[in-house]
Amino acid sequence: MCGIVGLHLRDDTLQPRLGALLRGMLHQVSERGPDSAGIAVYGDDTLAPQGRATVALLGTTVAEAQAAVKGVTAAERGGVVLLSAAIPTALLASQVRAALPHALIAGRGPGLAVLKGVGHPMAVADRFGLDSITGYQAVAHTRMATESAVTPEGCHPFSVEDGVCLVHNGSFANHATIRRELIGEGVAFDSDNDSEVGARFLAHRLSRGDDVEKALRLLCERFDGFYTLLVSTADSFAVVRDAVACKPALIAETDRWVAMASEYRALATLPGIETAHVFEPQPEEVYSWTR
Amino acid sequence: MDNHTFSPGVQADIRERARLGRYAIRGMGARRAVPSFDDLLLLTASASRYPLEGYRERCETRTVLGARNAREPVVLDIPITIAGMSFGSLSAQAKEALGRAASEVGTSTTTGDGGMTPEERKSSKTLVYQCLPSRYGFNPDDLRAADAVEIVLGQGAKPGGGGMLLGQKVGERVAAMRTLPEGVDQRSASRHPDWTGPDDLRIKIEELREATDWRVPIYVKVGATRTFHDVRLAVAAGADVVVVDGMQGGTGATQDVFIEHTGIPTLAAVRQASDAIEGNPDVKLIVSGGIRSGADVAKALALGADAVSIGVGALIALGCNDTEYDGPGGTRLDARPGYLSLATAAGSCTACHTGGCPVGIATQDQALTERLDPVEGGRRVANYLRALTMETTMLARACGKSDVHHLEPEDLVALTVESAAMARVPLAGTDWIPGLREGR
Amino acid sequence: MDTLTVDLDRSPVREANRALRELPDGAAIRLANPMGRHNLAVGLDADVTVTIDGAAGYYVGGLGKRATVLVNGPAGWGVGENLMSGLVHVKGDASQSAASCAHGGTVVVDGDASLRAAISLKGGTLAVGGDVGPYCAFLAQAGTVLIGGDAGAHLGDSLYEAVIYVAGKIRSLGTDARVEELTETDVARVRELAARCGFDHIDPENVTRVASARQLYHFDTHAHDAY
Repeated sequence: MCGIVGLHLRDDTLQPRLGALLRGMLHQVSERGPDSAGIAVYGDDTLAPQGRATVALLGTTVAEAQAAVKGVTAAERGGVVLLSAAIPTALLASQVRAALPHALIAGRGPGLAVLKGVGHPMAVADRFGLDSITGYQAVAHTRMATESAVTPEGCHPFSVEDGVCLVHNGSFANHATIRRELIGEGVAFDSDNDSEVGARFLAHRLSRGDDVEKALRLLCERFDGFYTLLVSTADSFAVVRDAVACKPALIAETDRWVAMASEYRALATLPGIETAHVFEPQPEEVYSWTR
Repeated sequence: MDNHTFSPGVQADIRERARLGRYAIRGMGARRAVPSFDDLLLLTASASRYPLEGYRERCETRTVLGARNAREPVVLDIPITIAGMSFGSLSAQAKEALGRAASEVGTSTTTGDGGMTPEERKSSKTLVYQCLPSRYGFNPDDLRAADAVEIVLGQGAKPGGGGMLLGQKVGERVAAMRTLPEGVDQRSASRHPDWTGPDDLRIKIEELREATDWRVPIYVKVGATRTFHDVRLAVAAGADVVVVDGMQGGTGATQDVFIEHTGIPTLAAVRQASDAIEGNPDVKLIVSGGIRSGADVAKALALGADAVSIGVGALIALGCNDTEYDGPGGTRLDARPGYLSLATAAGSCTACHTGGCPVGIATQDQALTERLDPVEGGRRVANYLRALTMETTMLARACGKSDVHHLEPEDLVALTVESAAMARVPLAGTDWIPGLREGR
Repeated sequence: MDTLTVDLDRSPVREANRALRELPDGAAIRLANPMGRHNLAVGLDADVTVTIDGAAGYYVGGLGKRATVLVNGPAGWGVGENLMSGLVHVKGDASQSAASCAHGGTVVVDGDASLRAAISLKGGTLAVGGDVGPYCAFLAQAGTVLIGGDAGAHLGDSLYEAVIYVAGKIRSLGTDARVEELTETDVARVRELAARCGFDHIDPENVTRVASARQLYHFDTHAHDAY
């Protein structure tokens, strides 16, 4: 149970303000999820340089990571270690997994940085220096944990495939079965979180060649429960809700940006909101935007 | 030899469904045997601990609920409250009698799925107003007249299901209060109309606080299923008091499969709920579902409840399932033909849903409702509440406690491995808590 | 009387609402910078006018009696929920469950209303100038719903005695809802309501009346899906 915000910029002149705008949005949904928060940023060259593989790691340090994985650049931001290298992401991820088996890969992809932490969302945002973050797209999530533990691993976004992030508000009602099915097909899990099952399902479909829209439609067919999902990739931004549309969601669109949030007040701080096209996504309809 | 799988009772159920073409509906709670407070024992004092003297040495029963946010918390003289039962499901006389009893002994009553009647407001010193998914009869005037608000997410007899009231009980007054056509088979919603999930419940709770100027406590009631998580979320959403209703909790009319096959026993729910509340001393826990005696009360308090709530027990004190009812001038008349006409008998009647209650409690039929004298009935329930309280303090004193709320899990042992595992207290005579601690 | 203004950037909602509740009959007040805050102007019980200059969050004007609440912007979930009397008028769009459980009074939405508008309506009136989302008037027990635009799927599912008028198209009807013939009384009712809301795009002679087929009022062996 949570708050979701996301911002997909169309106007490149807004890119220096991405973090500051997102922080304003996140602040407004803090009460929906006071336990913890997570942020995914696309296009911040300091955190995750374009054209280089980046993995975000929980449960390790810069020194440890640099010693264990050769030839990588390492930086730390609010407890999250970001490793990057000029190799394919899958290769970097497998090297990290082998060298640092106790660390959790919280996010992966070229040009993508995922930051997660426990605590009040605003405190978490400050630890990450959200105000100064730049880029062309970002999603964030505040969490009120339902059944799984409050840990950094349980934070959204779930990023289990190169460049793909999923954030979820609601709860799935048949995730245990789908988890078993995916495990049967060789998929590995990092947490007991129901939303991770959604992310793994999506990643699995994408790896089979489905596009985001098709994968989300299949998710709607297969999953029971209540959900508003925001899914981002390196070049797209998509929203879908369950058949009953039980959890809140709003989309706002202008020439300069597309934004999604759980509540209007998170959109109210965006420049040009007065003239934006604001609407609620319809049940089981996939809405997507690409760069 | 008896057929266990297809017993005569099971066969009768199958024939009933074959005749109706729908599920069977009935009243009261689960009839099956489940691990209960009977499977626990209190370790009263001896040489290692000293008992307090009954009648002479003080044992506090005062219970304060809702001090987390409310300007006027609910203060009860005893840790036993009366659970929500609707006017509609119960007669106006029964509601009034419960209110009189509660006021006499200094505790609270609760409205139900159908709104507040003037009779019960007048007769109840402390009245908890329920906010249910149906919102039948819910309005800001009664909200402001209430001493606490209870947002109902579910009930032990049917967690995940909505309320039911069959047409024979939807008479003129009930229909008008609920804005329904007279005589409809009412099935109320299972989800609230204007919020889902704890993140939005948080906003709903704030609305109710604003509308009552932050004066009264807000309770959240859940049917016991995934109790630990549900209670934790109720606390996160801002509840002052969480009410947990175990599977033995009663109902006026619900599908039989719901009553017998959903939720978890009260015994298992209490410990999960108190774990979930740990760390929030201002949040209070009320437990209900199958509370019958002061022993049940003492054990529930020892496992972490701050108060208990009774429904079926209060109705039985009122005269439910009794062979007699109140006649004119203090006489008692034979109720048995009434039970017979419902194809049941005193002592095993669960026909609340039919509206033909022969003792005037679960009915809207005027001739039947007159069989319950609210004053006499109220006196019986007050006596029962007093007896429960005396039994509770007696046991608490015997455990050396000067306040019933000082009872703790360490005062308990279990008779069975199952109850030891559920209540997380050791098996009697051992240190063994199954799944938690190896025994000596 | 001068119109008092409360700036919500400076006064918390709790303080602002307390000020509203203390207003005498006939008073008017503006709430500036609402920024989508929740629970604005809830639980009022006086003949006062509250103008909210911008977006309101959840439950704006909820649990109200007698008051007039104007929202110069969009409104969140449950606008005018459980309204008893008076008016809540949203100049923009409304989110889910608009006018849910309203016993009386009128909720007007100039724009669109999202899912489950008028859910469990109990005698109040909801008038929407634009479209409504799916499950409009779900379980509506009594009262009137007027839709100036199109209605989403499952319109009037499990209706009791409430009546729905739709000026535009209906995506689909819900269980037990049916289209009924428009009577003179209906036309008069729609004309009065549309005029009161300023919905001159609605032709009272050309609306579709939807009401309950009353097939779910009693348990029926052969309607299993409906239970």
